[in-house]
Amino acid sequence: MTENVVVARGLRKAYGDLTVLDGVDLDVGRGEVLALLGPNGAGKTTTVRILSTLLRPDGGTASVAGHDVVHEPGAVRAAISLTGQYAAVDELLTGEENLRLMARLAHLPRTSIRARVAELLTLFDLEDAARRVVKTYSGGMRRRLDLAAGLLARPQVVFLDEPTTGLDPRSRNGLWDVIRGVVADGATVLLTTQYLEEADRLAGTVAVIDHGRVIARGTPAELKQTVGSAHVELAVAGGGVERIATDGSVPDVRRILADVERRGIAVDRWAVRTPTLDDVFLELTGSAPDTPAVGQTRDSAPDADVDPSPVLVTTREPR
Amino acid sequence: MTATTLTTGPRATAPVPAAARPGVGDTFALVGRSLRHSTRQLDTVLISVLLPVMLLLMFVYVFGGAIDSTGRYVDFVVPGIILLTSGYGAAGTAVDVATDATGGIVDRFRSMPIRPTGVLTGHVAASLAKNAISTALVIGVALLVGFRGDASAGAWVAALGLVALWVLALTWVAVAIGLVASGPEAASGFTFAILFLPYVSSAFVAPATMPAVLETIAGYNPVTPVTDTVRGLLLGMPVSTGTWVAALAWCVGILVVGRAAAALLFRRAT
Repeated sequence: MTENVVVARGLRKAYGDLTVLDGVDLDVGRGEVLALLGPNGAGKTTTVRILSTLLRPDGGTASVAGHDVVHEPGAVRAAISLTGQYAAVDELLTGEENLRLMARLAHLPRTSIRARVAELLTLFDLEDAARRVVKTYSGGMRRRLDLAAGLLARPQVVFLDEPTTGLDPRSRNGLWDVIRGVVADGATVLLTTQYLEEADRLAGTVAVIDHGRVIARGTPAELKQTVGSAHVELAVAGGGVERIATDGSVPDVRRILADVERRGIAVDRWAVRTPTLDDVFLELTGSAPDTPAVGQTRDSAPDADVDPSPVLVTTREPR
Repeated sequence: MTATTLTTGPRATAPVPAAARPGVGDTFALVGRSLRHSTRQLDTVLISVLLPVMLLLMFVYVFGGAIDSTGRYVDFVVPGIILLTSGYGAAGTAVDVATDATGGIVDRFRSMPIRPTGVLTGHVAASLAKNAISTALVIGVALLVGFRGDASAGAWVAALGLVALWVLALTWVAVAIGLVASGPEAASGFTFAILFLPYVSSAFVAPATMPAVLETIAGYNPVTPVTDTVRGLLLGMPVSTGTWVAALAWCVGILVVGRAAAALLFRRAT
């Protein structure tokens, strides 16, 4: 059984009459990537701020890397890194100076700082910009530098609070690659996101948070199953969409299409659709998230691995 | 795909943090950061020197003759200009602190195994260093335009020591202002308030020449006893005990209040 590196029980936080967290329970196993998915104001950032010792909970307990966040904040801080919604880097320093400063503050041995900083600049594709003042960086470069700064001391637990919010699709894809690398390196990652696609792409486990409570938890596939099976979607000539349930297998789809043809229905386009996290969200919260839906995001993203005109869409690419 | 190249070998080879506890090294690193900021904002540093020098020249050559026809007004006004220089430089710290507080970087420092107030200490130490330089430059210009003090080495040390204490006190107030300000622009308003503080004091003209109301205000203005003490020391004139005790008391009082307010505000900032 994997050991839980992040454990939260009944976290509560309120600002006056406004309840932000209403009893959040979370477990993140070692090496796991958990996405905390929810709309704006659901309590994602508050949860992360409590877990990273920046905020005291009103009630409940939480421990990170075996240390209580309220009573042993120093030990927690030595084991974590936090990348927030706003790139927490120094605008007036160069990229390299930023990393050297953070390396010193993270108490890396002085002899290893130079090598580690150079290593991260390379890995995050910031070598060319290393001697430029951060003020001149693009949004994507800032986030990469921010993330690199957090990883200098190889933290056990990496908190990423909406790591790609506000980035253009290309920068976002680049950052996703970097985050996958962090995971491959063995860190435990807790990321918050309002992008369903992001949770789907990066996380092994998704916890859906709404109104300060975790309302569902599971793998992306498990969550999608809760809203039913795949179906064949037909855009009927002259308007209208028909959905026919399928198990997604080749014989079953062939049978459905043959049936459609035999009945003489003219079809403009058709596709096999599997439930998206969007559907899950709708099912669980009773309302669509007020963020770009998966379909829209994908249309605008120049993803190499997405066929622009899908005839057959099954599950996402294997990870 | 960079994902594969990122795997940098077994985690066992990772550098292990030498110490999880905060140390003096943290503060040095943060002081270095703040000093480096000054080298990246040369325009700001330049203004903090040029502005007082312009005022010095204006007071000596434009108003000087009218205020004091003996031609020794320069000796009278230089201590006031020194105080204005240092006050203005110290007040600029508010902008630096507000910039940090409104960006995300303070959160990063807080989530690291350091004493988070080190970031404030960094700004304060940098303020002292910057003001030492700008004050030295202003004194240099003062000597060029004819300032002739009559002070022993000991009196110079005492005067500069008092100026440093004044800078330290104002800097901590500036830190507190920077923490409550909604942003760097708002914080920069504080520098103007400090810039105008010396006008209603004994810095440029003797309060006795002012209307009664202003004379009373000048009497309670902390700039007055501090200027009088520095002026007395630099010109080799006697400083009454009441004056230098008041100067020290004001500096220490402002320092204690400013520091306490900064610490409180920093803790409450999240």
